[in-house]
Amino acid sequence: MTGPMIERELVIVGGGPAGMAAALAAHGQGVRDILLIERDQFLGGILNQCVHTGFGLTYFKEVLTGPEYADRFVTKINSTPAIETSLRTFAVALSRTKVLTVIKPGRLQNIAARALIMATGCREKTREMIHIPGTRPAGIFPAGLAQKLINVEGLLPGNEVVIVGSGDIGLIMARRFTLEGAKVRAVIEIESASRGLVRNLTQCVYDFDIPVYFNHMISRIHGKDRVEKVEVVKVDGQRRPIPGSKFELSCDTLLVSVGLIPENELIEMAGVRLDEKTNSPVSEAPNTTAIPGLFVCGNAYKVYDVADSVTADSQLCGRLAAEYLLKIQGDSFRPLSPLEKPCKRR
Amino acid sequence: MQKTITCIECPAGCTLAVDYEGCIVQRVSGEKCPKGAEYAKNEIQNPQRILTTAVLCDGLEVKMLAVRTDKPIPKQKLFEAMEAVRTIRVNAPVKAGETIVKDLLGLGADLVATRTAARQEKQI
Repeated sequence: MTGPMIERELVIVGGGPAGMAAALAAHGQGVRDILLIERDQFLGGILNQCVHTGFGLTYFKEVLTGPEYADRFVTKINSTPAIETSLRTFAVALSRTKVLTVIKPGRLQNIAARALIMATGCREKTREMIHIPGTRPAGIFPAGLAQKLINVEGLLPGNEVVIVGSGDIGLIMARRFTLEGAKVRAVIEIESASRGLVRNLTQCVYDFDIPVYFNHMISRIHGKDRVEKVEVVKVDGQRRPIPGSKFELSCDTLLVSVGLIPENELIEMAGVRLDEKTNSPVSEAPNTTAIPGLFVCGNAYKVYDVADSVTADSQLCGRLAAEYLLKIQGDSFRPLSPLEKPCKRR
Repeated sequence: MQKTITCIECPAGCTLAVDYEGCIVQRVSGEKCPKGAEYAKNEIQNPQRILTTAVLCDGLEVKMLAVRTDKPIPKQKLFEAMEAVRTIRVNAPVKAGETIVKDLLGLGADLVATRTAARQEKQI
């Protein structure tokens, strides 16, 4: 292992709603040495690109946008000196002994954590994961990426859009594209009902008279350099295409909104077994892993529908970590050998 | 007349059966909380939505500033409001909650910043 080693009581990876709630909860339970690591230049995580309302109803009893919801926590974090925030810091490796390797502008650092909370969120499923046949042109985006392009980068990724899957982000992007002047041709959902919240179907899709095709799937993508059209087919109860039901929709953009999967690469690197189907850590109790003192919270633990649930989950996790630290306080904290190597990636 | 609508006030998304005459709501059923009846009334009389979008910045640490109307505006005014929002450039630092445009299109709602954005600093 190269680079200097520092020791910290509690390290939290991810400065989104999960990481911030966990940090504040652990601090509330008396932990006084907390390092919060965030790869972006701002705290807030995905909330920063979720400019729509629908946040905070449970937790704050108010209707907030994503950035407003984030801001409430950022303000608290920044006024809590015991929580140190390290921005533009990217965790690249984790060992079984809870040594975290991070890169930040100009340096690499190893951090030995007595307790570690992974609040790394989730990733979007891609076109490849749902096996849509056809060409591989430009213009196919996971819905959340398109959201970032529009709301953060100020770029409109396309003018004629088809959305595959009725996940919440896809529904929200149907409205976002429409408001930005693009034409959303259709939402295609293989199931017989929306995967996203019905209120999003109402206010983001039906409000703008966007057609929704339930029990339909995209059977082929056409286009050489850019998406030109997609083939849509009706499916039966066993998701088998119904002959003769095929039709085409011309579009230059295809958004994929077919679900999210917890991001747990680092704990897997440390030797934690992940559930093959859900990608959550296999453990005996919520938010824990097979490694003592290594916790997982928020969407990295399990994908939640709303941020308020992420906050609640992560507060519990922050308290769990504080309890763990209190329990091991009697044990002597043995610094790790500087020769120890983090596990190699598979 | 009767109409079935989905309440958008919270993630529960109650299905509301609304009896109405013209734009007078006579009876609402299916709601799990008092917000449902209120929502149904507004939805029949004058459907309104909060507009959330982002505006272009110049010289700030973000390229786009997330904004919202502080109150709901009539649904049929959303596109007109977007036209107005597209012409805005924010070039001075703002705090979350600060007003960007007062009384947008005379609709009685202010366009406010939903995040704080400082001046751009040179990064290493």
